[in-house]
Amino acid sequence: MIEIRDLVKAYDDSIVVDGVSLQIAAGGVTSIIGPNGAGKSTLLSMVSRLVAMDRGSVTVDGLDVTTTPGDVLARRLSVLRQDNHITTRLTVRDLVAFGRYPYSKGRPTVEDARHIDGALSFLDLGDLADRFLDELSGGQRQRAFVAMVLCQDTDYMLFDEPLNNLDIRHAVSMMRLLRRAARELGKTVVVVLHDINVASCFCDHIVAMKAARIAAQGTPEEIIEQTILSDIYEVPIRVHEIDGQRITTYYR
Amino acid sequence: MSRKRRTPDPAFVLAVLAVLATVAIVAFMTLGARGNWDFVLAFRGRKLLALILVAYAISVSTVLFQTVTGNRILTPSIMGFDALFALIQTVLIFVLGSAAVSALDPRPLFAFEAAVMTTFCVLLYRWLFSGATRSLHLMLLVGIVFGVFFRSFSNFLQRIIDPNEFVVLQDRLFASFNTVDTSLLGLSAGTIAIASLVGWRMRHTFDVLALGRETAINLGVDHRRTVTIILLLVAVLVSVSTALVGPVTFFGLLVANLAYMVMPTHRHAWLLPASALIAITCLVGGQVILEHVFGFATALSIIIEFVGGIVFILLILKGAAR
Repeated sequence: MIEIRDLVKAYDDSIVVDGVSLQIAAGGVTSIIGPNGAGKSTLLSMVSRLVAMDRGSVTVDGLDVTTTPGDVLARRLSVLRQDNHITTRLTVRDLVAFGRYPYSKGRPTVEDARHIDGALSFLDLGDLADRFLDELSGGQRQRAFVAMVLCQDTDYMLFDEPLNNLDIRHAVSMMRLLRRAARELGKTVVVVLHDINVASCFCDHIVAMKAARIAAQGTPEEIIEQTILSDIYEVPIRVHEIDGQRITTYYR
Repeated sequence: MSRKRRTPDPAFVLAVLAVLATVAIVAFMTLGARGNWDFVLAFRGRKLLALILVAYAISVSTVLFQTVTGNRILTPSIMGFDALFALIQTVLIFVLGSAAVSALDPRPLFAFEAAVMTTFCVLLYRWLFSGATRSLHLMLLVGIVFGVFFRSFSNFLQRIIDPNEFVVLQDRLFASFNTVDTSLLGLSAGTIAIASLVGWRMRHTFDVLALGRETAINLGVDHRRTVTIILLLVAVLVSVSTALVGPVTFFGLLVANLAYMVMPTHRHAWLLPASALIAITCLVGGQVILEHVFGFATALSIIIEFVGGIVFILLILKGAAR
């Protein structure tokens, strides 16, 4: 379980995350939604120790993220940010192999090779394994990064807008994949999402943020609801039941 | 896109580079040697050792600096390291006078210079990373501004210094591979050996660090601590090379990028030795050409800066086209 207590982050005068307390249960796919500037990414960055918090605490299965040594935490929790720019020329396999660094510290074992092959095949990257990252399309590269995170084999996997730059087909397959990781491998997946329909159709739990605070949280049935969403996004949003899925429209 | 990937073995590439470096070294030691071999070998050996130390220090410090910054057209000199060196020299001669500075034992002077440069690096780094903004690019910008400040202040002192003193100072500030200060060789070799030992133990961490801050932290690297150690290593290595021959700007850029080009791997365990061997080949080979083709008509640093500057422009143009 990820336990967030009274988390605060401010840049100069603007408060980005304002006293957020939240518990994310182990297992399943949890999404964090909300308008731009609501503090979603900052919250995720603090949970994954990429950004230092001003106040409050975060524990992952009882491990405090600020005091636990980085390599211990790297075996429990992994994070993938939106823009991953790498200057070195790496093949897909090289990149995925880095996921084993917390375990092997640069000296890969047979066990590590097994994990690398497993992650490559889970993301259907077998044919691309020896291609260089700069020869791949945006979607393929995104998948390679997800494979690296999967190869890290942590119980908790955090993704910051993993659907950015992906077309419909790749976005859907990415979400299916994250759901599979949660169902088949028993991972706890936390994603920051912009598309509320994706959150509605793929997630087990939704956390909605607005103006640096948590506005609402619950199951998709509870959150994907006209008054709640209209209030959060400050536009009239209508919810329709289509093929057993809750779909929102907000174009009028 | 079924382009066959031609991957030469890194060990093979490294062996070729080692052979090239050996050829350059043998040529340097034996070409045009006349007279007593004991004298020739001892005399040239000292010069060779200095060239090798400088080549090693510049190449390794540049590769590490580029790994930390995630940028392949930066060199440590952008942080104002060599400008600080020039400033120290200028202030010393300005305050003490050239006669007194020349009379000083170069070893404590070297230790002093290295200490000042390392302290500068740590202060700059700590100050910028302790605040709310922990941006490497901000640190580089501040480094550039400091560099300009150091250079301007040196220039100012050089304007008002005694003209005779200025001539002595100018001589000390020009990168020269002919007038290497051989009394510093032992100390430099020792310093470099310690820095290398620290660096070699961290070689796998360098690979992870090259993925960028966020990915490195995700993979469990203590980013702040590791970057501090690397910048310290860079400061020490730059102090050694500048103290031995003076500031060389583009040489590191040249050899580091050549190493990335020829080495079919991202691993620093291969990249660092490769860049060092390329640097030795260029520096020692260049010195041979200088001595036997140009007959000392020019300075090696001028040739290096010329070639390095062209590579720099090419890299920028390539980056713009991408």
